[in-house]
Amino acid sequence: MTQSHRIPGKGLIDRSRPVRFSFDGRPYEGFAGDTLASALLANGVRLMARSFKYHRPRGVLTAGPEEPNALVEVFEGEQKTPNMRATVQEVFTGLRAQSQNRWPSLRHDLMAVNDRFARFLAAGFYYKTFMWPAAFWERVYEPAIRRAAGLGALSGQPDEGRYEQAFAFCDLLVIGAGPAGLMAALSAGRAGADVILAEADARMGGRLLADQPTVADRPGPDWASQVLGELAAMPNVRLMPRTTVTGAYDGGTWGALERVGLHLADPGALPRECFWRIVARRAILAAGALERPIAHPDNDRPGVMLVSAVQSYVARHGIDPGRVVVFGNNDSALQAARVLTAQGVRIAGYVDPREDVAVVEDFPVYPGAAVTGTRGRLGLRDVAVRHKGGVSLIEAETLALSGGWNPTLHLACHLGGRPDWDAGLAAFVPRAGMVPSMTVAGAARGQFSTAACLADGLAAAKAALSDLGLKPGTDTAPAAEDRPYTIAPFWAVDAGGRAWLDFANDVTTKDVQLSAQEGFSAVEHMKRYTTQGMAPDQGKTSNVTALAVLAEATGQGIAQTGTTTFRPPFMPVSIGAMGAGGRGMGFAPRRLATSDGQSRDMGAPMIEAGLWYRPSYFPRANEVTWRQSCDREVTMVRSSVAVCDVSTLGKIDVQGPDAERFLDFLYTNAMASLKPGRTRYGLMLREDGHVMDDGTCARLGQDHFVITTTTAAAGQVMRHMDFVQQAFCANWAVRFASVTEHWAQFAVAGPKARELVNKILQTPVDERNFPFMACGPACILGVQGRLFRISFSGELGYELAVPARYGADLFARLVREAEGMGGGAYGMEALNVLRIEKGFITHAEIHGRVTAFDIGMAGMISARKDCIGKAASRRPGLTGAEREQLVGLMPIEPQAAISAGAHLYDKDAPATREHNQGYVTSVGYSPTLQSWLGLGFLRNGRARHGEIVRLVDGLRGIKVACRVVHPVFHDPEGGKLRG
Amino acid sequence: MRISCPCCGPRDRREFTYLGAAAYLDRPDPDAPAPEWDAYLHLRDNPAGRTRDLWYHDACGSWIVVTRDTVTHAVLAAEALA
Ligand SMILES: [Zn+2]
Repeated sequence: MTQSHRIPGKGLIDRSRPVRFSFDGRPYEGFAGDTLASALLANGVRLMARSFKYHRPRGVLTAGPEEPNALVEVFEGEQKTPNMRATVQEVFTGLRAQSQNRWPSLRHDLMAVNDRFARFLAAGFYYKTFMWPAAFWERVYEPAIRRAAGLGALSGQPDEGRYEQAFAFCDLLVIGAGPAGLMAALSAGRAGADVILAEADARMGGRLLADQPTVADRPGPDWASQVLGELAAMPNVRLMPRTTVTGAYDGGTWGALERVGLHLADPGALPRECFWRIVARRAILAAGALERPIAHPDNDRPGVMLVSAVQSYVARHGIDPGRVVVFGNNDSALQAARVLTAQGVRIAGYVDPREDVAVVEDFPVYPGAAVTGTRGRLGLRDVAVRHKGGVSLIEAETLALSGGWNPTLHLACHLGGRPDWDAGLAAFVPRAGMVPSMTVAGAARGQFSTAACLADGLAAAKAALSDLGLKPGTDTAPAAEDRPYTIAPFWAVDAGGRAWLDFANDVTTKDVQLSAQEGFSAVEHMKRYTTQGMAPDQGKTSNVTALAVLAEATGQGIAQTGTTTFRPPFMPVSIGAMGAGGRGMGFAPRRLATSDGQSRDMGAPMIEAGLWYRPSYFPRANEVTWRQSCDREVTMVRSSVAVCDVSTLGKIDVQGPDAERFLDFLYTNAMASLKPGRTRYGLMLREDGHVMDDGTCARLGQDHFVITTTTAAAGQVMRHMDFVQQAFCANWAVRFASVTEHWAQFAVAGPKARELVNKILQTPVDERNFPFMACGPACILGVQGRLFRISFSGELGYELAVPARYGADLFARLVREAEGMGGGAYGMEALNVLRIEKGFITHAEIHGRVTAFDIGMAGMISARKDCIGKAASRRPGLTGAEREQLVGLMPIEPQAAISAGAHLYDKDAPATREHNQGYVTSVGYSPTLQSWLGLGFLRNGRARHGEIVRLVDGLRGIKVACRVVHPVFHDPEGGKLRG
Repeated sequence: MRISCPCCGPRDRREFTYLGAAAYLDRPDPDAPAPEWDAYLHLRDNPAGRTRDLWYHDACGSWIVVTRDTVTHAVLAAEALA
């Protein structure tokens, strides 16, 4: 087949560039400038799809992105994409497209049997049928419905395609490049505004291209080309074809989807799509209008299209539609019949329900008439017309429908505004100010002549320019076609049979009437009961007609019936585009410690801690399980010495004469009394009296502190400190900054820790000159660093800090020295066991619902000063015996594994919610004590040491009897810590 | 949504962290009775219309009182705390 249905010489396609593509495996040829739909029509292919529910044969209804019928699958492998509109997808050599929702083939679809049972499948069928028995829903009904439902299929593979997202900023965003949009962009561009002109179509010009009205004494497309040439030459104007503005958001923010590589045979490095967030000071919605069909029996046959679509295919793509019957109720349909006739198309009849249509035309006119049916199994053969003289069958290949035009006002309604019903236009029109920074111009607000659109675009641009503080130029709109538009509302033909409203979801006028009859007469209820407007096209061609049918059925007017809610996105947006860049490692930034490289070289599996990556453990040659490595690392710390990177803890440098006063206000305990060169453990509360975080506070000088936060809460604590300072002590002489990334810090812990650090320090330390909780500057491997005598393991411990650029070297040296002393590096698993053995808490324990009282630190809330959270910490309910309090748990059988997340019950009580006594927050196997250990919260727990409770983990099937003990299992006197 | 940070200029909403009503600035006296602290911490108006609330600009560390309209979503003012 070689494009049998092209009119020689016609159209805006490039006949010098043929392209070869396939549809359902058959090869075809088209031209550059064709959509898949136009190229198939050129080859005489009218059948392109099967409908969703009844599997009825369907062709194209439209020539644009609002297409409800011709949804196809394109691309192959993991990039297979269902529900692409054939009216949008451009053809290129190598494109392979498939029809969908049919089996075994498009022409012979066995599921079409549904159509025979249509009367059983009317609105509400699923709700009525698949209710009982309830047990059948999950096992029988849902799987069966899912198999039969769904348009098209995904590949089931991860989508490895390239997508991008980008931001753009402009003074003026013009949405739509028809006459109104072009005129607005031209005027604003000439006045010097930064303009973005976004147009969904590959080619700008809108209806100028399809209707080809005369503008400035030239054919519309020529005028459009000249304007586009001038716009393209302006550095302050960005033309964005193939870009659909998908949503209006607060503050002048717009979402837009650009098809970047989907139309190219070889996109190279280009992404498939780019999702834009456009921030515009002003916007003009010039998105035109969408024609709507008329509901008449069998109006869904391949060959039935909108009048505007026929015009578009003829004028833009040179398609020969064959003999055409036009069925319209408005002047634009009649004018289209004239234009088509002038273009050589044979109009077999113009059918109009209006009585007063003049019959003097170059084609037969049927006033006061209606189409009552169509015939042709897989494509239109003839049209039944009921007119004053009776019923005639008119042979035709194409039936062109026009029930009038709906302004494309969706974006204007995205912020919750409701449109007005304009009875004269029989359409909803936007109200002014629905989106604060936007005006609507042209057909999108019901201006339907070319001249009116040009003038309206110009006026909108001038208003926007004046809002922007720019001087509008002296542009005037060119002379153009200016015919009046009149319409007589006419929605559905009552002639028996099924008349389709929503082609995509197979909703008929009867379904809407049935919905009203069964009580679902509110518009939002009707939508859900019938699925009207819920397909990928969101009812763009059908919603208003369905409303009109509903309004008729309920006896209310259309204005009272109202519309359903318009929500973004205006067109389907692939998740891949919205989430562009967020796959794999792009999902979140990675923060890497200075030791990261060496840790990985040593074979350490890394685990995530917030955005940080930390080593889990450092496996050695003979070790098979992580527990073997972890046990060894714990034992190294307890018996010799080991090294751990603790740089990920938040570090905040606090300076100024009021620094101590500020820290006193933040921490529950006093920091002002801390002497320079000393470190103190500190607890911070939220203002509601619960624990926010804990850490150390080191006083390096009279006016200089460095505090640490937990890795997890570093951001939250910084935000909190900023708030407290800016809200309550803005005039205090204190400043602070996060220095987490500036310092690499390593813990050296174990009985031999001092021996090790003294190999590194220029000035050796001893118990006397650097006692427990000392801090100060230190010369470390010739570098000015800091030394802290603190420990999170319960052993003799130091932390050494150096500027981050020396971190990797210091870590390597420390590990080497430790290994030479029978120790080594330890990771997060060992760190966790070590701190559990000592009963030290982390955010597993201070998870946001515990108080200082719960963790046994009520005494740390200083009575002598105010602090954040102090007042609330004293309120009833946050202290007392009814609170769940921190306890240690040891299984009676030491090797019985226990789990975090398990709940605690009295020894003989059933494991049910009402008997819950608490829960487990952390567990680990202690090689030191040769037993599993747990930390948890138990009601009145501090009074219950020695008691035996039942630990039950319903998820993992664990039931273990445990003894309640003091949470410090190891060295409770702290002798080792103090060295 | 866009907020004009007094320090950085107009920025996308995603650069900010929300805290709550600006009433959070009116911290009671430490020894105020419990009901006063309860009201300060927990009792909030839910106005349809003008509201003042606290936002943090993550990029620069500024706390900002944003006056906005919960009906129209208009951001009417953005003032730094300090
Ligand atoms: Zn800022």
